[in-house]
Formats: sequence, C-alpha cells, structure tokens
Amino acid sequence: MSAHTTAAGHDDGHVHHHYTTTGLDNRKIAIWAFIGSECMLFASLIATYLIYKGRSIVGPFPHTEYVNEAGQIFKPILDIPVTSASTFVLLMSSLFMVLALQAVQIKHLPLPDGAGWWTRAQRSSQLWLFMTASFGAIFLMFQAYEFTAFVHEGLTVKTNLFGSTFFTLTGFHGAHVTAGVLWLTSLLWIDRTRGLGPQDELIVDIAALYWHFVDVIWIVIFTLVYLIQ
Amino acid sequence: MASIAAPTTAAYASGENENTGIWSWITTVDHKRIGTLYLWTALFFFLVGGFEAVLIRTQLMRPNMGFVSAETYNQLFTMHGTTMVFLAIMPLSAAFFNYLIPLQIGARDVAFPRLNAFSYWVYLLGGIFITLPILFKLAPNGGWFGYAPLTTNRFSPGPNIDFWVLGLQILGISSLAAAFNFITTIINMRAPGMSLMRMPMFTWMSFVVQFLVVLAFPPITIALFFLLMDRFFGTTFYAIAAGADPLLWQHLFWVFGHPEVYILILPAFGLVSEVLPTFSKKPLFGYNVMVYSGIMIGFLGFGVWAHHMFAVGMGAVADSIFSLMTMLIGIPTGVKIFNWIATMWSGEIRFTVPMKFAIALIALFTIGGISGVMHSSPPADLQQTDTYFVVAHFHYVLFGGSIRGIFAGISFYYPKMTGRHLDESLGNWHFWLNFIGMNLTFFPMHFSGLLGMSRRIYTYDAGQGWDLFNMMATWGTYLLVVATAIFVWNFVRSRTRGAIAGNDPWGGATLEWSIPSPPPEYNFAQIPEVTSRYPLWDLKAPEKTAGIDHSHADAMTITDAHAVPVHEETERHTAKELGIPMPYPTVKPLVVAFSMVVMFCGLLFLRNGMFAVAMTITIGGGAAMVAGLYSWLTAPLE
Amino acid sequence: MTGDPSVAHDTKHAHAHPSGATYLKVAAILTIITVVEVWAYYIPALVASPLFNPSLIILSAAKFLIVVLFYMHLKYDHKLFKVLFTGPLIIAGATIVALLFLFHQLKISF
Repeated sequence: MSAHTTAAGHDDGHVHHHYTTTGLDNRKIAIWAFIGSECMLFASLIATYLIYKGRSIVGPFPHTEYVNEAGQIFKPILDIPVTSASTFVLLMSSLFMVLALQAVQIKHLPLPDGAGWWTRAQRSSQLWLFMTASFGAIFLMFQAYEFTAFVHEGLTVKTNLFGSTFFTLTGFHGAHVTAGVLWLTSLLWIDRTRGLGPQDELIVDIAALYWHFVDVIWIVIFTLVYLIQ
Repeated sequence: MASIAAPTTAAYASGENENTGIWSWITTVDHKRIGTLYLWTALFFFLVGGFEAVLIRTQLMRPNMGFVSAETYNQLFTMHGTTMVFLAIMPLSAAFFNYLIPLQIGARDVAFPRLNAFSYWVYLLGGIFITLPILFKLAPNGGWFGYAPLTTNRFSPGPNIDFWVLGLQILGISSLAAAFNFITTIINMRAPGMSLMRMPMFTWMSFVVQFLVVLAFPPITIALFFLLMDRFFGTTFYAIAAGADPLLWQHLFWVFGHPEVYILILPAFGLVSEVLPTFSKKPLFGYNVMVYSGIMIGFLGFGVWAHHMFAVGMGAVADSIFSLMTMLIGIPTGVKIFNWIATMWSGEIRFTVPMKFAIALIALFTIGGISGVMHSSPPADLQQTDTYFVVAHFHYVLFGGSIRGIFAGISFYYPKMTGRHLDESLGNWHFWLNFIGMNLTFFPMHFSGLLGMSRRIYTYDAGQGWDLFNMMATWGTYLLVVATAIFVWNFVRSRTRGAIAGNDPWGGATLEWSIPSPPPEYNFAQIPEVTSRYPLWDLKAPEKTAGIDHSHADAMTITDAHAVPVHEETERHTAKELGIPMPYPTVKPLVVAFSMVVMFCGLLFLRNGMFAVAMTITIGGGAAMVAGLYSWLTAPLE
Repeated sequence: MTGDPSVAHDTKHAHAHPSGATYLKVAAILTIITVVEVWAYYIPALVASPLFNPSLIILSAAKFLIVVLFYMHLKYDHKLFKVLFTGPLIIAGATIVALLFLFHQLKISF
C-alpha cells in the first residue's frame, strides 16, 4: 500500500529541471524517507515474530518436532534447502538490478572496437530489467510453493502464534516483492516502448533502491526466521 | 501599503481573478487550497468531536444520570478521542503545514503537489468512513487506544471495531503520504540562502513532526494489521488462549502513541514561536536551542512509550528506565517554555488575540507538563493512572496546549489566508470564554481524579466527593460551546466582513508576509534570496535584527538565476502572465484515494460471511486504484 | 538531522559509481556468506554453541551493510541519504531490542 503511495510521488517530480536546494531530485529524497519508514514497519513485524518465538502452544513448530495428543507427528516445518535457493535467487536479482541501472547510465557510450558479449550485455537495460523482474517472480513462486506446502503439513495462519507471525511477516515481504515486480515490469515496458536512456537514470534508480531494500529485509528475515533456532 | 492591497483583495474576494468553482476545488493541487480544505474539514470534525464531548459531559453532570446508555457512552468517548486526535488536531496542524511551509521557505508549492491532494482526499474519505457509523449506533466502542484483546472478536463481536481498524489504516496512509511530501519539501524546496538554521521555527517543528509521523505510524499500522487479521482471518496475535501476550498491543500502540503526542503538540509550539516574536518585536530567544530541543523531544519521544503502562507490571528495571527517560524529556520541553518567556522579556508586547492564545498556551501547557512529570514517577503514576487526573493532564496538554496553539495560528494567519482580519472583539470574547471554560472543565478533574474517579465510567454514585467537580466540568464545557460558537461566527463572517489586511498586517519577520494576502497561486513572483532568519525585519526594521548572523558564508550558491533579494511583492498577476509553470489541476488523486477507500470498505463484508462480495469490492477497488495510479504517474505534472 | 545538507551539489555524474566488476565481486561475497550461513546451520556442534546466534546475526548484518553501501550506493551518494536511512534504522533497531527486553526474550542480568 505505502509502496504505491511513494510510487505516486514518482512522476510528480517532472520539476527536476527546476531549482532545488540540494541539487538532488525530490523523488530520490522521498524514496529514502519512505525506506526509513519501511525500516520501522518491518521492525514492528520482526519484533513481534521474535517476541512470540517459542511461545506457540501447539505445533507445527519451525525447528523442532511436535507430537499432538492424537500421537500425530509434525516434523520441523521450515524447509531450509528450498529457502536457501530462494534467498540466492533474490540476491541475484539485486545484482541484476544494479546492472540494469548501470546499463541505463552507460548505454549511450560508444562501444569499443571488438567489444565482447559481456561489454555488450552490460549496455542492455532491457536484459537486466527482465532478469530482475523474472528472478523476483521466481522468488514469489518459491514463496507460493512454501506456503502451500506448509498448509498441507497443517500450518495455517490460524494454527498457532508461529503460523500467524510467520505468514504475516513473510507475506508482508512477499507483498513488497510483488509491488516491486509490478514496478520493474512497468519500467521494462517503458524501456521496450520508448527506450530508457541516461535521462531516465533517476526513475530506474528509485526502483532499484526499493528493490534492494526489499532484498536486505529478506537477508534479515532469512537469518532471524529460518536459521536462528 | 493597504491602499495598494485593498483593491486587489476586493477583486479577489469577488472572484474576478481566480477560478473558484467547485470543480476547481476538487481538482486542485495548490498547497494553499489544499491547506484551506484541511482547515475547513478539520474544523468541522473539531465541532463533531466537541459535540461528542458535550454529550459525555452532560451524562456525567450529576450522579446516576441516564442521559445516554452505557453502550452509547462507550461509542461517544471512543469517537471523541479518535476524532480529536486523528480528525481534528492532526489535520488542523496539516492545514498549517500545507499553507505555511512553502510560503515560509520561499517555494511555489510542495515537492509533490498531486500527492498532497491525495493526502487530503484520503483524510476526508477516511474521516467520513470512521464517523458515519455513529449515526447508526455502530461506532467504534473500544476506546481511542483500542486495547486488544478487548477489541478482538471474542470481546467485541460487532462491526464497530472494524470501522475503527480500517478507518485508522486509511488515515495513516494520508499522514504518511503527507509526511514524505513535507520532508522532501523542507529539504529540497527552500529558497536560495534559506539554510536549515534560517528556517522559521514553525517549519522546523513541522520538519521534526514529519519524521515522527514517518517512524511512529508504521508500528500502529502493523498493530492494526494484526488486529485486522485476528478479526477477519482468525489469526492468533491477540488470542490469549493460543498463548498470545496481552501486552503486545499495548506496546505496539504506545510505540506509536507517545510520539503521536509530540505530533500533536510540536506544530502548536511552532505556531506560537512565530506569534511571540512578532508581537514582542524581538527575535525568538535562543533560536538554536529551540531547534535542538525540538529535535531532542522528537528523538527522546521514541524512548518513553512504556510510561503509559507502569500499571501493567513490567518490572523494576523497565519501570526505572522509562521513568528516567520521561523525566529527561521534560528538560527540552522546559527549555522551550523558558525561551518563550525570555522572548517576551522586555519586548514591546502587543496583546492581540493570537498573542493571548500563545501566552495561554505557555501557561496551560506548563500545568499539563507538570502533571506529566508527576506521572513519570511509577509510584505516583500507580495512584493516578486511569483516573480523571490523567484526563485533566492530557487535556491541559492537548486542549490547553495544541488547540490554543492552533487558535493562535488561525487568528494570526487568517489575514494571510483570506486577505481579511478576524474581528478583534469577537476574538477576545472567544479567547476569554474559552480560557475560563477550559479551566473550569479540566481543573476540577485533577481533584475528582485524585479522589479516585475512574476514567471511562459512564456514571457514578453520589457521595464520593466527585459531584461538585463533575458539575463544574460540565458547566465549563457549556461555556466552551458558547466560546466555540463565537469563534465559528467570527471565522465565517470575517471572510466577507473583516477589515482588509495588507501583505503584512502584524509586522511579521518571515517570507510569508512579503507577498499579497491571500497569496497568488504562484506564491512568489520572484524567488527571494534569503540572507538571515528574519528577512522582512532586515528590510523594514534592521535595528531588530542587528544581533543576528547575516553572513553569506553559509548561504548556498545561487543556482536559480531568477532569485532576487528579499522584497515586498504587492502586485497580483496570474501565473500565465508571469510565465510561471503551474501544475495542471487533476482529479486523479481523488480517484485513487476513492478507489483505495472502496478497497478497504470491501473488507467490512467479511464479517457476515459474504466472502465473495468482500473480495469483489476489495479487488475491484484495488484494481481501480492501480489503474488510477498508472494514469496519474504517466500524466505530466505541469 | 545533523549538519546542513543544503550545500548546492550537482549530483549528475558528480560521484563515481563502482564498475560492473565491483558489482560482481559484491555478489560473490554475498553468495559466499550465504553459503557459510546455511552450511553452519547443518553442523549440530556449531548450532549448539552459544556463539551460533550472535555469529549468524553478525553475518546477516554484514550482508545488509554490503548491499546498502554498494548496491544502494550509500557509500558513494549524498550524505543526506545516509542521514535519512541511518536515523530511522537506529530507532528501528533500538525499538526491536527494547521490545525483546520488555517481553523477556533478551535477558540482562544485573
């Protein structure tokens, strides 16, 4: 929701040819203020997850086995290999994102003679935007798989405190990734229709800042939710 | 000066120069018009919240009254608090943020004019959303603090709390969007030479408040989201049977709630910091210290929240830390009080209506501040918590402080906003009746509170020593009704009947007084280059500012070739004549705001098991919102 | 807000962004740290150690910092952005620690 709010600010700054006090673009200041606010949003979610850690009365539990009154056994529910893979996917999407921004910055420069494929690829913002958005989408598929698997194993938002806090925290993050994929896809669409050039550096830059922030939040979630016991 | 300003203002009043149709207001992106909309809307909600208070006080006038039922009483005190905090004081402050910040920093508009319109429309629609249910006796009834688990389905099964949860989420989006906008505006839209330490104090305090909003609203957004999930989707965040902690809500709420107190009071501090120097004809005493103490209050404001919870048994260590932090925050606040007094010291004081309100703020806020320091000690707090003593305390802070600051601001800036003065004698009646009524209402509550009268009770038995104090409080409230009626009459009447005000009716020191009243759409025909904190006094009364730093050393490089030295602008043109590009009017922010509120409305249907209906409305509203956003973002601003 | 960020400053290409090679190196470091974290998760002796949680938190903070400094260009960008980000980050971090302490998830002995 708030992601849209800031995205809303996004094109308001057609005034960037105007005088500004710092010489910086309004939109970039706004996105950093927004990211500061998001720190507090995720801090509240993460704090609640940690406060309720180990307080669930019934299972399934994240890291330990649970046997209910009927003798039914629930294995530790977190699937570390799968989530490690999805974490890697999101990290790589961050790499692609900086390459997309770099491509927008340097694509107008003349190619040196005999430039190799890597030098050419570095100038293709479409390639890297596509890769970033796709890896974001793959991350979301991993999350959909994970949520479905958990529900099949008997963990829903209603089951226990772990279920409520886990699904809400990771779901909030997933919603942010979804908004980011939509944002990046829009940029890709602009790039395909009219081409993004150095003058568009800023609109790619603020999308990139948002995307990397969503990535660093996952870095924290991965450690605090998945790895720490 | 007045002879030049008068004809142009008269022309303005007759609508010759400006487009004033209703559509122009719906599509406006002008910060001054949005500020005006905020002012009128927030004053309306202030009257609604006041009316609720009158009903509450009437019920409590005598022991065992049956004026309203217990259930209605719950709805009234919940909505009184919610309305005053979220729909009256915050948006009244927002009216001044909108109107004044660009004028004070020498800008032509805020950083994101359309986002600004969006904030207003979300506020208006959210306000309607949360207020309408009381007409159907379905208003929220869990207190403005909405303590869970009391507000979960188990204890509050009706739809009442749903309106509160969704309504506050909507209003939070409005505040957050506005905060990002003003942070960017203050950082980046200042005129050449307007360094941070030359900003008017109102702009400074507003700057601090925007950071408080940005950091305090996320925790309540999350707390409300948990409650929403508990109520609509059966999660267990506040379900004690599932092992949930009954203090989770209280902590998350007060992590927001205490900074919120400073969100409510700091803009008023800023306003009186403009009024006092003007009517003392002296620069503000200790400008730097005022800035630092404002920042300090904002920063410490995040470390005191648990003093609202001393009675829940957090343990000696936690109690001590929060007690200490609370006593600490009294220091920067006290510094401000003494600086205001020192500002007036040996000044040429003019006792105008705004000045009286500003001085009353100092006096009444100090009373509220001192009872606040009393609560900071846990043993004392255990006696006072949840009694009328606390009610007296925070009404001295918010009604004695914030509202007085806002009235000072309204009477001070009314000439700037409308081009006409408020009537001084009606203003005096308003001030004195309000002052007496306020003290008659709230001072006796200190006594009834210490005698053990609980908050939130809808009636009480005779013979407990509370009767007289309650009778006094109720009559005080009726006096406040009379005072407010005089204010409303004055406010409405002076728009057409008030004496014409020129550019600078009070002899102000800051940039907003250098342009015509009301300001033209473009604000400044030529962007001024600022060389001190009091640019207009430099121009008109240089002896007042002789002691102030005027160095060019820290002035910014002028990158705007059009900037000119500070001067008075007396002519009124249109932006077109001057060739100043203005943002297009657009209805898109309203469309996006409306679809977003529709999206939230859909969730209300989940309660009756109408899952398909709920999802249709929510997804429909969400899709319309995204479509509206794309249309908005792809349209050029100007 | 400390200091005055109001120094006129032309940001258009005024600051040098790192090259593509730096971005690849950063990605490699992030991957290696992630591999180490997951590897440690599967060594019971390490998990049982009292240093396991603190070490993982430090590794995670290192990744956080690397992404923010290099991919979000905070290392190279205007100092205003550092202020806008670190201020809220400090308050957010302090709030988490205070809440965990208040709910007895962190033990402090006196």
